[in-house]
Amino acid sequence: MSVLTLSRFQFALTIGFHYLYPPLSIGLGALLVVIEGLWLKTGKPVYHQMARFWTKVFALTFSIGVATGIVMEFEFGTNWATYSRYVGDVFGSALASEGIFAFFLEAGFLAVLVFGWNKVSRRVHFFATCMVCLGAHFSAIWIVVANSWMQTPAGFHIVGEGMRARAEITSFWQMVFNPSSMDRLFHTLCGAWQAGAFLVVSVSAWYLLKRKHEEFARRSMRVGLAVGLVASLLQLVSGHSSAVGVARNQPAKLAAFEGLYETTSNAPLTLFGWVNEKGEVVRGGLHIPGLLSFLAHSDSRQAVTGLREAAPRPEDRPPVNFTFQLFHLMVAIGFGMILLALLGFLYFWRGSLFEKRWLLWLLVLSVLGPQLANQAGWFAAEVGRQPWIVYGLLRTSQGLSAVVKADAVLAAIILFSAVYLLLFAVFIYLLNDKIQHGPDDSDLAPSGKLALPLGRH
Amino acid sequence: MNYGSLDLNTVWFILIGVLFTGYAMLDGFDLGVGALHLFTRTDEERRTMLNAIGPVWDGNEVWLVTGGGALFAAFPNVYATVFSGFYLAFVLLLVALIFRGVAIEFRSKQPMRWWRQMWDIGFSAGSLLSSLLIGVAMGNIAWGIPLDERGEFAGTFWGLLGPYPLLLGVTTVALFMMHGAIYALLKTDGPLHDKLRGWITNCIIFFIICYATTTMATLLYVPHMAARVRANPWLFSIAILNMLAIANIPREIHRGRDWRAFLSSCVAMLALMGLFGLEMYPNLVLSNPLPANSLTIDNAASSHKTLGIMLTIALIGVPVVLAYTIGVYWIFRGKVKLDKMSY
Repeated sequence: MSVLTLSRFQFALTIGFHYLYPPLSIGLGALLVVIEGLWLKTGKPVYHQMARFWTKVFALTFSIGVATGIVMEFEFGTNWATYSRYVGDVFGSALASEGIFAFFLEAGFLAVLVFGWNKVSRRVHFFATCMVCLGAHFSAIWIVVANSWMQTPAGFHIVGEGMRARAEITSFWQMVFNPSSMDRLFHTLCGAWQAGAFLVVSVSAWYLLKRKHEEFARRSMRVGLAVGLVASLLQLVSGHSSAVGVARNQPAKLAAFEGLYETTSNAPLTLFGWVNEKGEVVRGGLHIPGLLSFLAHSDSRQAVTGLREAAPRPEDRPPVNFTFQLFHLMVAIGFGMILLALLGFLYFWRGSLFEKRWLLWLLVLSVLGPQLANQAGWFAAEVGRQPWIVYGLLRTSQGLSAVVKADAVLAAIILFSAVYLLLFAVFIYLLNDKIQHGPDDSDLAPSGKLALPLGRH
Repeated sequence: MNYGSLDLNTVWFILIGVLFTGYAMLDGFDLGVGALHLFTRTDEERRTMLNAIGPVWDGNEVWLVTGGGALFAAFPNVYATVFSGFYLAFVLLLVALIFRGVAIEFRSKQPMRWWRQMWDIGFSAGSLLSSLLIGVAMGNIAWGIPLDERGEFAGTFWGLLGPYPLLLGVTTVALFMMHGAIYALLKTDGPLHDKLRGWITNCIIFFIICYATTTMATLLYVPHMAARVRANPWLFSIAILNMLAIANIPREIHRGRDWRAFLSSCVAMLALMGLFGLEMYPNLVLSNPLPANSLTIDNAASSHKTLGIMLTIALIGVPVVLAYTIGVYWIFRGKVKLDKMSY
């Protein structure tokens, strides 16, 4: 296999595995702020117990997120050296900002969040929880900004020619607020909140089914469902606005998402199907006339650019069917999550959720939804950008390290695969163990400085 | 922000140095504690060692991540050349860092003996290998690596394992072990503390032997790494400071002033990195055998504008980071007491 294929595979493997964890850190971080806030407000010990339990789950996901994240930071240089030289002047500052503004904040206050329970007061602990959550969100901001710059480059000019050409920054803020960054950031954050919320929902539903830790599970379910519902509904808004952005900024990608070859007015939305890339048609499937035009331009009569126009030469097109399927998988799951969250909320409202065993079982499985959708969405976004590594400027095949040979990349892939398989197995084992063990009843009575009510220390 | 005629390339040379020095001083002690981990015997001792670094190791590692990011932004050519050139070495470093990181988190989650031993080995081997590889990388940078006219690495993986880089690798292990032992001394009491006090002498002896050998090897075989001090004798004061700081370590340990010993160890690292930076400047990666292909602060840097933006970011971010990092260390001051939150 070529160095290009292997390097792309390595990047996909390492980022795909890494990205199982940061959404959980972001989502659980937000939930921890809510839970600890509720504890501070109400003083109910069950919220303290919840904060303790979910902090442990948070710490577990966080540690793997950090360990696999360092790989990402180094991989641009190891496998994509030419890309790194080309973009360093622009892309590097976003990455360095992530280190300074996000990682330090997260890691510093994580210590207080996890180990500081008996060492600081409630308020200080709550502050630390907020800072960890903020750090996780900052890290999403900078990395999505950097990635969005690769999708819709802005605020730069090209200097030098041929092999020496590189992007140089002209405006930092135009780089940060490039045309797709805010939409994609919001989309990513909603996905992360969903991931965290449905993990909490899933574990709580499991306890309710097993009639264990019921008080804990009911309260956790309530918080999880509320955040999950809000995030799922926001995701609809953000998904739509992202798609409008893709239609405007990356027409070839949108055409691949929808398997649209011919520029069409009154373009149909394809609900599912199979793209025959040779014949340039979508086989089977269900089409709703005019909806794609309406979604992309808020006007069903307007034309949506097809692949033949956006990328006339086949070598300028992404793998269409792959992008199409992943994109549709993400959208389908997105709607499924909204439906599930609404159902859960409806029965919760009526007071009968805890008796509806079929629904509780569905909620147990709901944890997989956001994870799958997050993976599928990112793969669709990144594969849909192909063959460009920086959209319209630098091809992925031009971004490789000149000096790295295929066998070295293969060795790295084998090594990372083995390590990640082990990590994943251990993670599932420990997470399961933690869930089986459940929340600690001794946590119902806060100890140390935390035992003091607010305002009396 | 506009920094006018300020020599931002030099400023960033210094700042990258500061980030990596911060990394050495902070993560250095957790890597050292990792290297010493297998010498401890009982489970309680190992837990105490882990919890000595428990709340802080993660933040310490961020210095490396940020250093890498800053290198990418300020000197993309160096980032690209070194990371792709040292490909397999960096993959190994990454795997080592992954293992030691997750081992800290995983170890105490299960009581089984085999489980804990597995992660003890992962933690210790990961820490040792990371320290060694970091030292080997420094050794190669000092010795010089083959670069072609485009600034791309023109050597092989095995070529990176020359005697001088390996010597620097072992010296780094020794330095971190000594540093880690002093830190562990600060964080422990009782029988483990007394045991560590015994080991520390060996750590210091090991380090001083390595240090003397490296110094001799550098003067004999890598004369360009002493050229600036030779030309400017007043800079020899840094070398003297370095030697005094090292000599002060056993003195303070002997008097039971462990905190001062730790500070001396930090000063020694600062002086060593200072000398390293002074001798390298203005080169970031020396090309050996063709010095004309070296990557310097001029031919490897980002634009003046980017360096300015980055300086603004650093001026905003770094003071805040330092403030809360000190706060966190303050909250977790004192000796380790194991409780149910501990690893």
